[in-house]
Amino acid sequence: MSSPISPRFAETPRRAVLLLPLAALPARAQEESFTAAERALLAGRVPVDGGITLDIPTLSENGNSVDLSVRVDSPWTLRDHVTAIHVLSERNPVPRVASFHLSHRAGRAEIATRIRLATTQQVTVLAETSTGQVHRAAREVIVILGACVEGG
Amino acid sequence: MKRAAAALLCCMGLAQADGVRPARDFLSPELRAQQDDPSRHPGWLWVDEGEALWRAGERSCQSCHGDVAAMAGVAARYPAVAADGALLNLELRIERCREEQQGAPRFGYESQALLSLTAAIAQRSRGLAMSVPVDGAAAPFLERGREFYATRQGQLNLSCGQCHDENAGRRLRGDVISSGIGTGYPAYRLEWNTLGSLHRRLRACSLGVRAEQLPLGGADYLALELYLAHRARGMPMEAPGIRR
Amino acid sequence: MTDFTARITMPETARRGDVVPIRVIIRHPMEREITAEGLTPLPRRIIHSFRVTYAGEEVFRMALSAGVTANPYVAFTTIATETGTLHFEWLEDGGAVHRREARLVVTA
Ligand code: HEC
Ligand code: HEC
Repeated sequence: MSSPISPRFAETPRRAVLLLPLAALPARAQEESFTAAERALLAGRVPVDGGITLDIPTLSENGNSVDLSVRVDSPWTLRDHVTAIHVLSERNPVPRVASFHLSHRAGRAEIATRIRLATTQQVTVLAETSTGQVHRAAREVIVILGACVEGG
Repeated sequence: MKRAAAALLCCMGLAQADGVRPARDFLSPELRAQQDDPSRHPGWLWVDEGEALWRAGERSCQSCHGDVAAMAGVAARYPAVAADGALLNLELRIERCREEQQGAPRFGYESQALLSLTAAIAQRSRGLAMSVPVDGAAAPFLERGREFYATRQGQLNLSCGQCHDENAGRRLRGDVISSGIGTGYPAYRLEWNTLGSLHRRLRACSLGVRAEQLPLGGADYLALELYLAHRARGMPMEAPGIRR
Repeated sequence: MTDFTARITMPETARRGDVVPIRVIIRHPMEREITAEGLTPLPRRIIHSFRVTYAGEEVFRMALSAGVTANPYVAFTTIATETGTLHFEWLEDGGAVHRREARLVVTA
């Protein structure tokens, strides 16, 4: 029995292509673009370690979807609060995965999302505050492949 | 220590004579929490779309069946044999209404519309115990499914049971092998980045043992689905599930 | 338009000054650019920005890349200041804009 093709399903060729693993760049190129991206965000500031709780699994179930949450300690006053949180990848084709822009109206710095990781790598988070400080945290995430890889 | 023992006893209490356990027992704590939380579970996007489709058009599903809430318990007794003797799973039951009651062309297996409607209807049975009738007209289908399940297949020459009975609970690369009962389908699989049907999942298992991938909605997978549902009797429905 | 599905989970009411958690999940494939040899090249098609205003003022903004998972999920917070409407706006490659809104009733 074959099924009629619905308009949505006609996108299949593209979908099938997307099932290919998200290609990791050669190690050198990745490190350079990651370093450049981080340098651009720091804009000359020296990051302070600590003050960030980065919750991400050490061993991801699937690189397509890795849960990430970030909490940044902050006195949260009009003068001193978190204004941005950046998530950077060392080995994805695009080093700047996502940026979150907060205002005093957020009430606290607590965000979560899900990201793609091409391969085992370090995930870095930078948090900027309204006083011009940058906090930095990084965690290594191991990405494993599934047992039954889809083909159809 | 005490708690672990209690948890183990609880699982044993749920287990059937043949050792089948609910699919959720095999999920990582994180995926299990996500499965229970509609605010973080992408499968609910399809449920929402399915509920909108349920109400759409002049001759809507709703115009005959009433609110989709009336579908509570239906998915727990599918696949089922229709009046004309055909074995229909929930997807094909919907397709039949689509053709015969709405007079419209089928949505197509694995189409977004069919997945959405299936998810919306199956979700209404979440938490209810599976109970497919397997006597009478269903009996020959059940036998066919049982046989398929027990037959060694593919280049790896493995039967379903060699993984899902003999090695349930063990790790296979990144997976924990479950009882393979399919109570969470349609499910959102991270591997797929989308919602997919049980038959799509079965195709992945066929490929896993390097056996032929059979057609979605075909007779073999339908009979197999009935057997899996029978193996799952008493287990809670989990659709839409979330899987790795 | 049913082609854009969003689920917004947040309380309907809050007390003034409460920090309100908001969770949003949308239906979008977040298609990466395809340039590999032997494959038909395809442009990127993702949601690249997500912006939230509350009673007219921007309270949250997110820049997304193709490194964000398909069917993106995001959680953030906002302080309940006054009864009003939150406007959610997503910008997609190619220029499409998707919008949703939710009302928050704030009590003293
Ligand atoms: C014109 C009326 C009509 C419309 C429209 C209709 N159905 Fe049905 N549906 C029926 C009837 C009658 C049955 C029972 C048929 C039977 O038992 O053989 C049925 C049976 C079903 C069942 C099985 C119920 C059970 O208890 O086993 C499902 C599921 C279902 N329909 C889903 C749908 C969906 C989804 C739509 C919209 C796409 C739809 N129907 C549209 C009349 C309709
Ligand atoms: C080589 C071992 C192996 C064989 C043989 C195998 N599977 Fe699987 N199957 C898996 C793994 C690993 C998974 C993913 C983890 C899980 O959910 O069990 C899986 C998943 C499933 C699931 C989805 C369970 C869920 O809740 O998501 C079903 C249903 C299933 N298999 C049925 C079958 C059937 C039917 C056969 C025989 C045609 C079969 N499998 C053969 C290893 C196997």
